Amino acid sequence: MTAPGPVVTQDYAASELEAQPRPQGVAQGNAFTRFIGRTPVHIAIIALCLIWLIPTVALLVSSFRESQAVAGSGWWTALTPPFEFTLSNYDRVLDTNNLGQSFVNSLFVSIPATIIPILVAAFAAYAFAWMEFPGRGLLFMLIVGLLVIPLQSALIPVLQLFVSVRIGDQTLNGTFLAIWLAHTGFGLPFAIYLLRNFFGALPREMFESAYIDGASPVTAFFRLALPTSVPALAALAIFQFMWVWNDLLIALVYLGGQQSIAPLTVTIANLVGSLGQNQQLLTAAAFISMALPLIVFFTLQRYFVRGILGGSVKG
Amino acid sequence: MENRWLMAAIVLVGVPLVIVGYIVLTERVLRLLPPSRRDGIRPWLWLAPALAFVGIFLIYPTIRTVILSFMDARSESFIGLGNYAEFFGNDRNWTVLVNNLLWIVFFTLLTVVFGLLIAVLTDRVRYESVAKAIIFLPMAISFVAAGIIWRFMYDFSPETGTLNAAVGVLGIEPQTWLFDWPRNNFMIIIAAAWIWTGFCMVILSAGLKGISTELLEAGRMDGANEFQIFFRIIMPLMAPTIAVVTTTMIIFALKVFDLVYVMTGGRFDTDVLANRMYSEAFIGRDFGMSAAVAVILLTLIVPIMAFNIRRFRQQEAIR
Repeated sequence: MTAPGPVVTQDYAASELEAQPRPQGVAQGNAFTRFIGRTPVHIAIIALCLIWLIPTVALLVSSFRESQAVAGSGWWTALTPPFEFTLSNYDRVLDTNNLGQSFVNSLFVSIPATIIPILVAAFAAYAFAWMEFPGRGLLFMLIVGLLVIPLQSALIPVLQLFVSVRIGDQTLNGTFLAIWLAHTGFGLPFAIYLLRNFFGALPREMFESAYIDGASPVTAFFRLALPTSVPALAALAIFQFMWVWNDLLIALVYLGGQQSIAPLTVTIANLVGSLGQNQQLLTAAAFISMALPLIVFFTLQRYFVRGILGGSVKG
Repeated sequence: MENRWLMAAIVLVGVPLVIVGYIVLTERVLRLLPPSRRDGIRPWLWLAPALAFVGIFLIYPTIRTVILSFMDARSESFIGLGNYAEFFGNDRNWTVLVNNLLWIVFFTLLTVVFGLLIAVLTDRVRYESVAKAIIFLPMAISFVAAGIIWRFMYDFSPETGTLNAAVGVLGIEPQTWLFDWPRNNFMIIIAAAWIWTGFCMVILSAGLKGISTELLEAGRMDGANEFQIFFRIIMPLMAPTIAVVTTTMIIFALKVFDLVYVMTGGRFDTDVLANRMYSEAFIGRDFGMSAAVAVILLTLIVPIMAFNIRRFRQQEAIR
């Protein structure tokens, strides 16, 4: 369980967020004294959970309040009657601040930038896991090294590259294609690393018997490796999607300043400086950007956790 | 606008077709070769697309950044160590380095300590999954949104700023949390720790579950109290996992950008290397200086990279 390097665990079932009932050690005493003995633990956990929830709840409550109310009284006052909630902040940011368009742009950036790197990585990961070739260990170590390369160190030359490539009358820079390519390049080391660990953990006998039956590596990859790695692929997809959706830096640099193709993160970061008196609109804007990741988080949490446990992290 | 839908459709259908087609086609070509040659060539064909991407988007640009860092603002002529001399000659940049150091120490400390604390505490209760989901939830939120959340938390007005309202209850005057150095750095670090503690918790919790209950039982039988169990049994066994989490957090602390960009824009002496690098390139239009900052950042990360590779090799050895 405590594999060195980025954590690799074989038994994912034991490591997800679901509660793992385990026999408790404090066996002495009856149920009542045990409960009293645990009280500090309960208090600590509940206090920490409240502290962790307050910032998000504050934002959520504020986003449904009138602007005068936000400016004049704390969000907590809205939790007691009379309840005066409104959707006006959402109406305004969606209408006048281009948030609707940005939401679509974010989807435009995120979906291809999730699919392409996973596909490219899967073949490389399979080669690393199940094919013999000279320099395999060394090359994979290069991938492990690249996991932590700050993308800042690649930012400007890639920008110059995009500017120098022309498609028709415009450069590659400032197009969706540029940002898909950039996210694919920057996301690959993690994707290869994660998938290689999952593929590598598959039973050797499975592939051996397939090869004895005359299957080619292509067949083994599509019929055995991919279907048995669906959870890993899902984990990677969620991770990459969240990473791209929440990214600010790459979008800021490669999509230029054009409002028409800016994703949510860029639009909202710009609103921080430009809203002036209407700061409360930021609450609605921020919540719009959080909505999709939160839905993904709540529905696919276990895969997200798997992605974290199966690889190291990028960021 | 219709153009982009077309492009998206081409990408979503076309790219998978091209990549899968490439693999199937090369396999056909390989069939023409004698079987002994196939297995030597195939891995390279499978690796080629990934290696091309990594080469073009990571390796070449990183080398190029090192070269650019020795050139002038417009990347036209070499100026030797000029950018580095200018960087280290400016007091303001030393503040940037100190800030990153504050991030490394306090962000890592906060996330790892709270991650471990929460992992150990929740391991003992029935509502573990709910508690962990709450702590983990901010991981789904972008730094931009988190920056906005915490700008409101730190708002000066005790009517809107939750923190000033809270300290007001204790009789403390409202504070300008994001103005005064070094406190403003700690305030941004707290916001970052709020996001990343869940990450540490998940990994540390998985490590904790890997420790056998019998071992802990045996310790309790021998009369160890819960603190002794934690420091004498759990901590030593968790050391490798804690090391992994710690290095990951240090890397994050070095690379932090979005949160600073959104919360202060690097003003009031809260600037960090990654934001400095961005503003040198896109506000100052000095690619040489920007590249130099990137190289400094990279240099600081190299030891961690070496550490990771070493651990990886040990891990492969026992595989």
